[in-house]
Amino acid sequence: MTIATLSRRTLLQAGGALLASTALPTATLAQAGSRLIVAADSEPKNLNPAIVASNGVFFIASKVVEPLAEASFDGKDGLAPRLATSWEGSADGKSVTFKLREGVKWHDGKPFTSADVAYSALSIWKPLQNLGRLVFANLEAVETPDATTAVFKFSKPTPLQLIRNALPVVSSVVPKHLYEGTDIATNPANVKLVGTGPFKLTEYKPGEYYRLTKNADYWGKGEPKLDEIIFRVLPDRAGAGAALEAEEIQLAAFSAVPLTDLARISKVPGLKVISKGYEALTYQLVVEINHRRKELADLKVRQAIAHAIDKNFVVDTIFLGYAAASTGPVPKNAPEFYDASVPTYAFDTAKANALLDEAGYKKGANGTRFSLKLRPAPYFNETKQFGDYLRQALAAVGIDAQLINADSAAHQKAVYTDHDFDLAIGPPVFRGDPAISTTILVRSGIPAGVPFSNQGGYENKELDGIIAKAAETVDTATRTELYKQFQKIVATDLPLINVAEWGFITVARDTVQNVSNNPRWAVSNWSDTALKS
Amino acid sequence: MLLIVVVLTFLLLESASGDAVDAYLLSIGGGDATVAQSLRQAYGLDQSMLARLWLYFSSLASFDLGWSVAFGRPVLDLILERLPNTLLLMGSATALSFGLGSALGIVAGAKPESIRDRVLSTASLILYAIPSFWLGLVLSIVFAVQLRLLPTSGIETIASGKAGFARALDIAKHLVLPVGALALIYMALFLRVMRSGMAEAWTLDFVLFARSKGLSRSRIVLRHVARNALLPLVTMLGLQSAAMLGGSVVIESIFAIPGFGRLAQEAVSGRDAPLLMGIIVVSAVLVICVNLIIDIVYAALDPRVGASEPNT
Repeated sequence: MTIATLSRRTLLQAGGALLASTALPTATLAQAGSRLIVAADSEPKNLNPAIVASNGVFFIASKVVEPLAEASFDGKDGLAPRLATSWEGSADGKSVTFKLREGVKWHDGKPFTSADVAYSALSIWKPLQNLGRLVFANLEAVETPDATTAVFKFSKPTPLQLIRNALPVVSSVVPKHLYEGTDIATNPANVKLVGTGPFKLTEYKPGEYYRLTKNADYWGKGEPKLDEIIFRVLPDRAGAGAALEAEEIQLAAFSAVPLTDLARISKVPGLKVISKGYEALTYQLVVEINHRRKELADLKVRQAIAHAIDKNFVVDTIFLGYAAASTGPVPKNAPEFYDASVPTYAFDTAKANALLDEAGYKKGANGTRFSLKLRPAPYFNETKQFGDYLRQALAAVGIDAQLINADSAAHQKAVYTDHDFDLAIGPPVFRGDPAISTTILVRSGIPAGVPFSNQGGYENKELDGIIAKAAETVDTATRTELYKQFQKIVATDLPLINVAEWGFITVARDTVQNVSNNPRWAVSNWSDTALKS
Repeated sequence: MLLIVVVLTFLLLESASGDAVDAYLLSIGGGDATVAQSLRQAYGLDQSMLARLWLYFSSLASFDLGWSVAFGRPVLDLILERLPNTLLLMGSATALSFGLGSALGIVAGAKPESIRDRVLSTASLILYAIPSFWLGLVLSIVFAVQLRLLPTSGIETIASGKAGFARALDIAKHLVLPVGALALIYMALFLRVMRSGMAEAWTLDFVLFARSKGLSRSRIVLRHVARNALLPLVTMLGLQSAAMLGGSVVIESIFAIPGFGRLAQEAVSGRDAPLLMGIIVVSAVLVICVNLIIDIVYAALDPRVGASEPNT
């Protein structure tokens, strides 16, 4: 009895001592400043999100330069206000009025006003930005009746729904006083960013890290919660996982830790695997089809290919379950537009074979019907692996697909400029509204050389008509209905085949708080992200 | 010599499909045809191949390495920024592999065909057969992730504010694994060359003479056998310095060291001709310099080399 109590007491004491000894250093660390270290895999040449609206740029720049509004899980219109506090469209769709936040200051101390918004919109978003060129194509003028009001005037009706959905991506505001009268493309502020965001970009060591420090004058009360964010450049895919395990970094977003490592990493104490927070940046696994090829111009052949693909196998084996099977060109993550009632193509080899027979492409003596050139995009492991899978799936229905693997630049030229492909595998992104980067995948009349666009020579007047109509339909319900028709036509006529859709994975230490709390979390401003000490 | 290197690099990159604009548009997730065209104009990619090659040569003649299109910065700046890291990595790895390789080579070659020799030769061969990326990853998992003795990657602790000796120590700590990985692999070459040189020397007359003179064994091994076997090793050192530049590409990526090899890799994937040619030119100059130094060392080691010259 005494022995038992004694040992229990000693145990407790020992435990207490242990706790105290471990608690001490962490407490002192927290006082020294909370620094979040994050893995980064690329160093964009131009870091200005107003010019380059891409995830690689946003990942770092979104903490420094803010948009008018950010995506939100529960906000009105799926948005949370940032530099704009409200937005309202006119009935004719020719103007949108933004009320801007008061008392916001640029990192260099100058006040943020409607003039900055007007300048960014007219001089950068519309003429220079990769996505803004499209969204703001008909923007004519921005009126600034006072310092906190900006009225966007369009020459043609422009749907507020589109503007709203595009805001998080296209509306990064940069300071007019640093850009006006300079060559915007080579302005030093494109690298040494100056914004209104919760963090200032204070140091960049090429090949090593970006250092972001707290903006003490940030407009958000009590924000940011971190003192520093370091984006550490880790180009090797195994590097991020190792650095997380060794506690050298605390967070890796955008699937920097490969899917195949997740099962192991999720068992490491103190690390959590999070698949939330990428809902508004859904990537789609798509088979692009060159309709110039006689066989592929035949709908029956395209249907046969769709039936030959086992989408569930792709999701389970290639994406290890971190994806969903697609039904059409709009992902399930976009409930505003998604329509499930479209023709689907169940995995059915017998049906695929029958369709190919019907189309008149009988199996030859060697069991093949015809040969195809298949080019998987090299940007993701998963696109390459799907290339290997598709080759086998097509072989099962008598189509001999010859894989051509190339690096990014070569792939881009071969598919989107030279049209030297029969089938290609691409990962286009759904950016919140079909008009931003989805309709371009099937619309006709796009010149050669435009990446992630319809370069397969597909032309469907009815589909083009719907796309054009939706582009100027102001009424939200009518416009949404048009996109439901759009999905039906694409799923019926198969200008391309949507196979799967996926978001990325974040791996973080469990001390990092408020991770993945909005649908674009990795590319949002992280003002409420904190480190528990 | 340099001229040929530059032209070949240019042609090689030219023959790869896709250009800098393709690579850039991909990295930003798309763009329209007018953007592509204006970028091509800005980069001078709309001009003919010969015109661009001529332009490059004329600026190279005035020691201007040009402007990197993928990074948007002068090539010289980029190279100067990365060169010290690579020189440090390569220099330490070469020194270590040469030192360790020749020392173990002496141990092995002191008694050819002995058990000691067999073990060392086999072990070195196994190391040589290991791919460098694998060795790098394994070292990193064992020493950095599991034992937590050393950092997983990088050249120094980021934004640590360390200076002077503390910083040097920090960099040294970061270099242990990458240098180890590189050196272990190249060590095998030195070891085997040393060993076979010594095995051969044992059969020569002057060794027989030394033994008959009754010299101690250790004196024979070091003064007579090893010294003669060292000569081909020095030649190897010159050749290996070039190979090491290539091998560091993989190691630099794995250990996230901002060096030359990684820069070259980024230049190729970004189709950045000026940068890649700049890297090749500087590397070629580097290798030429190393070999020049080796030749001088060679003359010092082997009196026959320098002495024979006045007579010819």
